[in-house]
Amino acid sequence: MSVRSLAIGLGSTPKRVLPGFGLSLGISLTFVSLMLLLPMTGLFGQLAGLSLAEYWAIITNDRVVASYVVTIGAAAVAAIVNAAFGLLLAWVLVRYEFPGKRLLDALMDLPFALPTAVAGITLATLYSSNGWMGQLLEPLGLQVAYTWVGIALAMSFTSIPFVVRTVQPVLEDMPHEMDEAALTLGASDFTGFRRVVLPHLWPALVTGTGLAFVRSLGEFGAIIFIAGNMPYETEITALMIFVRLQEYDYAGASAIASVVLFASLALLLAINIWQGRFIKRLHGGHG
Amino acid sequence: MSIRLQNIGKHFGKTQALEPVDLDITEGELVGLLGPSGSGKTTLLRIIAGLETADREPGGRILFGERDVTHLHVRDRRIGFVFQHYALFRHMTVFDNVAFGLTVLPRKQRPSSGEIRSRVHRLLEMVKLEHMAQRYPAQLSGGQQQRVSLARALALRPDVLLLDEPFGALDAKVRQELRRWLRHLHDELNFTSLFVTHDQEEALELSDRVVVMSNGRIEQIDTPDKLYRHPANRFVFEFLGDVNHLEGTVRDGVLTCGDARLAVDLADGPEELLLRSHELELAESPSPEAQLPVTVAAISPVGAEVRVELEADWLGEPWLATVNHANYERLALTRGARLYALPRRWHRFPAERVKQPSRAPEPVS
Repeated sequence: MSVRSLAIGLGSTPKRVLPGFGLSLGISLTFVSLMLLLPMTGLFGQLAGLSLAEYWAIITNDRVVASYVVTIGAAAVAAIVNAAFGLLLAWVLVRYEFPGKRLLDALMDLPFALPTAVAGITLATLYSSNGWMGQLLEPLGLQVAYTWVGIALAMSFTSIPFVVRTVQPVLEDMPHEMDEAALTLGASDFTGFRRVVLPHLWPALVTGTGLAFVRSLGEFGAIIFIAGNMPYETEITALMIFVRLQEYDYAGASAIASVVLFASLALLLAINIWQGRFIKRLHGGHG
Repeated sequence: MSIRLQNIGKHFGKTQALEPVDLDITEGELVGLLGPSGSGKTTLLRIIAGLETADREPGGRILFGERDVTHLHVRDRRIGFVFQHYALFRHMTVFDNVAFGLTVLPRKQRPSSGEIRSRVHRLLEMVKLEHMAQRYPAQLSGGQQQRVSLARALALRPDVLLLDEPFGALDAKVRQELRRWLRHLHDELNFTSLFVTHDQEEALELSDRVVVMSNGRIEQIDTPDKLYRHPANRFVFEFLGDVNHLEGTVRDGVLTCGDARLAVDLADGPEELLLRSHELELAESPSPEAQLPVTVAAISPVGAEVRVELEADWLGEPWLATVNHANYERLALTRGARLYALPRRWHRFPAERVKQPSRAPEPVS
């Protein structure tokens, strides 16, 4: 098949040697348009009914601004916790052999496979004051369910695979000789990790953490059950959108959604550009 | 600094990678560890470095000079290690790579940053890469990367320098150049060094002494000259050059094999003789001592000598002979020509071992 298309390509003196550029790019763009751009256009279509002042009023409403703070704060905590534990998990999965390793590896993807509402209900049951964990933590003065801690917990549950799965392959590719070289040069285990291993994993770790953070910004199902949803305190932005929708205020919902969308998009773009520069340096560009 | 190993062995699980060995290396020596893959040479080097721990054998010790390093961690052994695939820190510039060892010293021993800078520049000058200081490893060629790795290993003025197949990943020409350059550097700085290779030419050219290993055992330790002229056993003989086999039965001082005959001074019985390719002459007629009719199967007239592949009914595997260009022209060799092989010398190692060492190609590690 590929041989034939190559032969045809050679016959018609193509500009590119690799076949299938037009077809594959065409299908990709169609797919992107249908799956991503069309819904986004719909979203902005809803915004057309709003004047700039109305738009501004909706997105700077006190209750909504409070929800930004809760969402971003909890997502940041969740992302940092995930960065630390995700790195540890990836390290354990790559560097050591132990019984049950494959099981642990498979378990990493569970948050992706589980419906988020199931995760939310499970977490809420566990951490409510009569749940298993709640019962233990309550006497210590730690309340998880219905506080921002619960929100961060739900967020880190749903987004941990992002960190593990981005760091794991990079760590696998890293030759052991790199650490060994650091040791032969007299570095302590910690110095070796900090100056040799960590910089190597840094791009993957930042990307994974960034993805986890962005994912947490948009998470809804896992959080609402454990958040308690008290106005100004434990309401997340996704809930604000949901509330607007229930009131048939589509324009309002779209306005808030557009803020989340732009924030996520800006972050993803920033990560991409930064990572591109870093990788160029590792592979011989002038960075 | 001299290196002395006493009763050092290593198991990986149930397989014995290295039988307990003794080894003495005097100060300032450049010693090659030579052997096929799986011979335990890299394991031995890594044990000396401290990257691998030896089995707990009674009396097992590693000494650097008078210093017992058997139970010391790699980082405290004061060794320089050069890896086959360079193992440079890819996110650091050449300068930072070479400076690494100095910058991770405890604060009290660490030189000032000015001193570090001048030392690194001196090292880079020595490896002729001072103009590359601000480049990243990915921007350098393989040979340059290996020189950086060497400068990095020497930055802490190690007691011993250990190199694991240092030129294995480079192409032939660069390898030749680096070899000569390492020999030069060694003579100049006079550190004790030990390198691993599976390339016999490299070992013989570079080393003061060569340690030949197979199957986790040391077969012979000698100077390259002695090793080549007086191999201790059949393995060493076969590993150090091209070998032709002649198997047959001896009766009344004549070895017969099909229609081939060779006068030998041996007792009656089955025999196997080994012949080096450069110890074979080719002639148009047999001599009274040797009647070995052969047919020319292939000719490769490249280099100082012409390599000729020979076939015959009585030969299991083709023979290889090297003749000089003058003889090549005199005999007017062509493929299919029928000639006689005249051995100038032959060697014989009566079966002392049944097990044949494997000669599989080195895996990429």
